[in-house]
Amino acid sequence: MTDIDKIHDSLEAKPEPADTETNNNTEREWRKDEKTLTNSELSLEEQDWFCDARPQPVKPAWGPIEKFYNWARSHSLWILAFGTGCGAIELRPLVTARYDISRLGMQPRPTPRQASVFMIGGYVSIKTLKRIVRSYEQMQGPKFVVAVCSCAINGGMYWDSYNTIKRIDHYIPVDVYVTGCMPRPEAVIAGFTKLKELIMAGKAEGQNLYAEKFDWYKANQKQVIKDWNMPDYNW
Amino acid sequence: MSFATKLMLSFLSLGVITIWGLTLNGIVAKIFARVQGRLGPPFWQPFIDIIKNNAKRTTVSHGIMFYLGPVFRIAGGIGTYMFIPAVLGSVMFSNYSVSGDVFLVMYFIFFGQLGMALGAGEGGHPYSAIGVARGLAQMTAFEVPFALSVISLAVQYHTLNITEIVMAQQGSILNWTLFTNPLAVIAAMIAMLGMTMYNPFSVVIAPQETPIGPPTEYSASFLGLLATNRGIFNAAKLVLFMNLYFGGATNIISMLVKTFAIYMFSVFVGVAFPRFKTEDSIRFFLKVPALLGALAIVVWLI
Repeated sequence: MTDIDKIHDSLEAKPEPADTETNNNTEREWRKDEKTLTNSELSLEEQDWFCDARPQPVKPAWGPIEKFYNWARSHSLWILAFGTGCGAIELRPLVTARYDISRLGMQPRPTPRQASVFMIGGYVSIKTLKRIVRSYEQMQGPKFVVAVCSCAINGGMYWDSYNTIKRIDHYIPVDVYVTGCMPRPEAVIAGFTKLKELIMAGKAEGQNLYAEKFDWYKANQKQVIKDWNMPDYNW
Repeated sequence: MSFATKLMLSFLSLGVITIWGLTLNGIVAKIFARVQGRLGPPFWQPFIDIIKNNAKRTTVSHGIMFYLGPVFRIAGGIGTYMFIPAVLGSVMFSNYSVSGDVFLVMYFIFFGQLGMALGAGEGGHPYSAIGVARGLAQMTAFEVPFALSVISLAVQYHTLNITEIVMAQQGSILNWTLFTNPLAVIAAMIAMLGMTMYNPFSVVIAPQETPIGPPTEYSASFLGLLATNRGIFNAAKLVLFMNLYFGGATNIISMLVKTFAIYMFSVFVGVAFPRFKTEDSIRFFLKVPALLGALAIVVWLI
């Protein structure tokens, strides 16, 4: 008998796990009220692994303090660049000596937990939309979204494609669009300047918008993402 | 002086050293940018980043150990600073002094990293685990030449008290350890390159390829705390090196100038050299620098 056969035998000899699904269902009933999410696309075992709280809108701090915070936020933009399409090629020059966004207090930050600006660089296929939603939800607020290139605004040259979405702001709230196919780095910097103005004026509240219209955004996302195998909100 | 007054003064000096450490980090970022032909961020950028991180409205915690990770880290930073005399003889900057505090300080340098390893481990992100593994491996390697160098100092000065080591170096520039025990200083300065984590030993932080290293999962005020500690810890290590090897400081201006100059050593090396892989850096530390450290002990024992 080979080793593999032995392993197979030992696996077959194992008793079947007891069916605890019905018991778990009754235990979980109390958790599903209007404040929790159902995470219904996940298996019962997986539901235990994820948080099921809904995102809640957060009130801004008291006037002058919020203004000070907004000043700091606008002068320290950490970018999570999501190079979904060809537009991402125009983001590289931003950190080089010629354009150098670090002089504006910006820097690339590859982990969503620490980034404050989510940059969508180009067309969004349905497959990448799933990752975009995941990354956006993992970012800690206040978070801002800059959509670069025509494709993220209206589908661009992929307008009648079966596999790309047309308007990214139907799925996550967008603060600033940068048009062009593809926009030059100067245009992207102009977009960031606009974003700074919005943050300073306290108008970049995409995170609260997402929490308030959560059901609408989620319905839109689930309409196009057919293989939804993640929790309803990725904390 | 009463205990409360001493404690208050120590925390005031901690505030000053935090500001100095963060300013140094800002200046260094500017220098790196200018070497690369960029304008670079303003030198007060670290302060804005800390304000922004603390002003985040939401944050995610993964459990008690995750929460305690940055707390241990900053405890390591504060502990390191609190037992080093920043300015010799100053009421405000002399901090606490106990016999054998050089070992206490070396323990504190390691302590923060260990706490961070536990915290980042609970975050569960694979990149954190990679960062922690690299960080601890590199740290264990550079501790060897540094510890040998400190032991050489203990043999030389017959004491393990930092204040007494500084006192022994007063009088003339030729009394500095730099001139009385150059082998130990060379070994320690090479170890400092690993401590400050600039090139060629920057793979632990690895800003792009493995996102950010150990703090990958840390956000908002956790990250603010870690960034504050980066200021405290950097300045504390510089003050330690100034005390052990460069004659300490008798006034605050001399402290600022000396720590700046010591930091520039790792910055100059950092801008000029490419990066080691972790296994290469471990091999590097365990060869020539470790031998130099051992030689420094042997010379003083004979």
